[in-house]
Amino acid sequence: MNGRFKQASWNEPIVFELGNAGRRGFVLPKVEEEIRRKAGSLDELLPAEVRRASPPRLPQLSEVEVLRHYTRLSQMNYGVDLGFYPLGSCTMKYNPKINEVLAELPGVAMVHPYQDEETVQGILEILYRLERWLAEITGMHEVCLQPAAGAHGEFLGALLMRAYHNFNGEGGKRSEIIVPDSAHGTNPASGTMAGFKIVVVPSNSEGCVDLEALKAAVSERTAGLMLTNPNTLGIFERNIEEIAETIHSAGGLLYYDGANLNAILGKIRPGDMGFDIVHINIHKTFGTPHGGGGPGAGPIGVSEKLAEFLPVPRIVYDGNRYKLDYDKPHAVGKIRSFYGNVAVLLKAYAYILSLGAEGLKETAEISVLNANYLVKKLREIPELSLPYDEKKPRKHECVFGVEKLEKQTGVSALHVAKRLLDYGFHAPTIYFPLIVKEALMIEPTESFEKETLDRFAEAMREIVKEARETPEKVLNAPENTAVPRVDEVKASHPRTMTLSWKIYQQKHDEMRKNY
Amino acid sequence: MASKSHPYIPNSLPETKAEMMREMGIKTVEELYVDVPEKYRLKRRLNLPERLSELELKRHVERLLAKNKTCLDMPVFLGAGCWPHYVPAVVKTIVQRGELLTSYTPYQPEISQGMLQILFEYQSMICELTGMEVANCSMYDWASALGEAARMAARITRRNEVVIPKIIHPERKATLQTYAEPAGIKIRETAYKPETGQLDLEDLKNKICEKTAAVYIENPSYLGFIETNLEEIETEAHAKGALFIVGVDPTSLGVLKPPGEYGADIVVGEGQPLGNAMNYGGPLLGIFACRSDIRLVRQMPGRIIGMTTTVDSERRAFCMALQTREQHIRREKATSNICSNESLCAVAAAVYMALLGPEGFRELGETITLKATYAMRVLSEISGLRVPVFNSPHFKEFTVNFDESGLTVEKVHRELLRRGVHGGKNVSKEFPELGETALYCVTEMHSKEDIDKLAEVLGEVLGGNKGDEWKV
Repeated sequence: MNGRFKQASWNEPIVFELGNAGRRGFVLPKVEEEIRRKAGSLDELLPAEVRRASPPRLPQLSEVEVLRHYTRLSQMNYGVDLGFYPLGSCTMKYNPKINEVLAELPGVAMVHPYQDEETVQGILEILYRLERWLAEITGMHEVCLQPAAGAHGEFLGALLMRAYHNFNGEGGKRSEIIVPDSAHGTNPASGTMAGFKIVVVPSNSEGCVDLEALKAAVSERTAGLMLTNPNTLGIFERNIEEIAETIHSAGGLLYYDGANLNAILGKIRPGDMGFDIVHINIHKTFGTPHGGGGPGAGPIGVSEKLAEFLPVPRIVYDGNRYKLDYDKPHAVGKIRSFYGNVAVLLKAYAYILSLGAEGLKETAEISVLNANYLVKKLREIPELSLPYDEKKPRKHECVFGVEKLEKQTGVSALHVAKRLLDYGFHAPTIYFPLIVKEALMIEPTESFEKETLDRFAEAMREIVKEARETPEKVLNAPENTAVPRVDEVKASHPRTMTLSWKIYQQKHDEMRKNY
Repeated sequence: MASKSHPYIPNSLPETKAEMMREMGIKTVEELYVDVPEKYRLKRRLNLPERLSELELKRHVERLLAKNKTCLDMPVFLGAGCWPHYVPAVVKTIVQRGELLTSYTPYQPEISQGMLQILFEYQSMICELTGMEVANCSMYDWASALGEAARMAARITRRNEVVIPKIIHPERKATLQTYAEPAGIKIRETAYKPETGQLDLEDLKNKICEKTAAVYIENPSYLGFIETNLEEIETEAHAKGALFIVGVDPTSLGVLKPPGEYGADIVVGEGQPLGNAMNYGGPLLGIFACRSDIRLVRQMPGRIIGMTTTVDSERRAFCMALQTREQHIRREKATSNICSNESLCAVAAAVYMALLGPEGFRELGETITLKATYAMRVLSEISGLRVPVFNSPHFKEFTVNFDESGLTVEKVHRELLRRGVHGGKNVSKEFPELGETALYCVTEMHSKEDIDKLAEVLGEVLGGNKGDEWKV
């Protein structure tokens, strides 16, 4: 089985090392003579003190060289289009190609955000409808599409908590946000950015929020609780009613981290569970591509009592025309320019239409079926453990620990992850959540067929076997990727840290001088 | 459902589902939701439209988008933070490569060298353009990058005031305030010279004090003029121990002096014009760069890609650097909460910068300057117009004042639109002291015919030839 996958390994230079003086990859249209005559020369228009003295030292390549360079680099990258990408909590599902085609249409690509409302009725209609659909899916009252990413949505959510408590005259007092110890790192970071102190509550033996600890943590200082449900272990927080009651009776707000929304589409709605604020990771749940880190979109849904605090503009419909409403006196401040990552949101609109209510529900069910099917397969491997109640069904993802394997063979979660790359799979998320030792966090999504899940389970079995029989094979992995193991320590060490081509050249000059 | 399985969901085929469930020893998928309290299980179907096939979907979206008017349908003279620029075909080809488009953040460097090297090249080319030494691999947009820069400056200097110019994009200012306020940072505005728009240096001196964490300027400014007293501003900022932050439109940097040459510590800006479409205002691309000073670099927000080697030292390689600043490691002590960013927009920008090269950027800057100047000159010949309001050099954008015509910007806008031209942005409410003023933008996308048409139609509107009343 091993050896089938081999990633391209071009020995591709840095773009600065390519090309030749005078070559170019793009020519601008000629400026009309009449324009030149009337405008004069650049020297007359821009005084020397504001002019660039020497041209930027950008590479000089022909168009074909640029295309070849970046095509080769793309071949040294792995995406969902190539294969299984079970990166837990990231929901690496199929990104429909039709949606890419739609997002390139001039009707969105060539539209300026400050155009007259009369000239943008089509896109406003799409955004307005998308807000309503997302509200229906999450069970919230209103949705704001503006945040550029999930963490940006969390930041806005925390700002909404502040605005709400300020409005009720409790702003100074409500200074703490509670997060479980299994939370995504963005939760505490977002709360801090919005000016809150973070209080961490531990998980219980079931992998869920410890109710007693939560009760001890809430007080009149509690602004809210940020919770992921199903949580990062893939376990549904079945005490959600008591959790909500605990937070609400203390005067706090309940925030839903939507990273794991895929598991519950059309099945369970955060609004019905008592959540006051929800963020949605469009680039996870609604099938828009991650693009190597972005752009995503992180809309926020809120309950009725928080709607007046959403940032301007709000998209409104008077039965005849769509408009942007800036007249919202209680709105929190702007968190970005314009209205949101519209091209991404358009893809989500198309995604929801491609699936409909039944298809979304099926998405959730198959993502959960796939995850539990993998649980079944992987539990057959004795070296893998499934911490926190093995019998309990997982939702969209599962977290296995390889502590036993590590103790017996020295092969850790990192090594397993690297070896999986050799089998042509992307690795799971590793060492997260922090409450599982040697964690492999596996999210198969609904996009992969049974045969792939079987091959993945088989690869895991093979790797465990290798760990026993030829451990160096696993410890030295990967070997089939573009490059073998990368030295990540060197990348961040003050002496060797090289964050740009300019710094690389400086270091080189330095070395030559010393030599 | 018409067919038995959905094209996006292979295991939705009933036979496959049944086979998997049989192996798992369950009868229905519902058994996997047993731990969900009954009262929270949705008993009804979501109220959403019927699902569409690909062909139906395409027609539906095309029909809706056809309701929009684009800058292909009419000349549009809007800029103000999102600009019309040509996107070369090679850029579009590369960003649609599935290996890049459908990858996640490069957490596993060995299998993600392509994205990592491209982002390293993006950072490096941004450094060359801005004259800085370190750049991160993207923020959400210019506005949020500015907010993060203010917080970074406050952390470094342990001070809590940021001085900004009065002439700044209102959405950028509002975003800065949102980011600054929870960190206890106060914003102070500096006045400008009414004739030139230039920062009032006397007022700047009064605003900077021992509490000032940073002085921020935009060059070119929001209203299109170029700041000319760059050295003086830099000296004032640094004399009082404040950092100097400069906001840029990168398309200007082929002809304008880069911030690194006039002492900027941090550079922010909007990278959308580098190979990214307008998309009704998003996604955008926040530029964030700084000097190679460890005090600064350790406080930077966002992902930074570093060059390293393989463990066996045999090959050059790339991976994320300084991750201990970031939320997934440092949690509440992180420099920022940013996780997903705008990487693919940075890929587009990298390809764009590599295509243009030094000569392309000079040509781009020259073309924009000449075309915008031509537009200013033909418009200034129309009686009733004052173009530009400020007596300073300009780049790409300029102000048009309508006070002498007796018409409001709004009225003129309606008349232009009726005649198939979309005028500039109304800034009369943002800067009431400027009277009835609009901000116009001209790029390489605007042909001479577009500009001449604007002049002709404006002449018609101001000449009192009212024509039919405007109707919705």
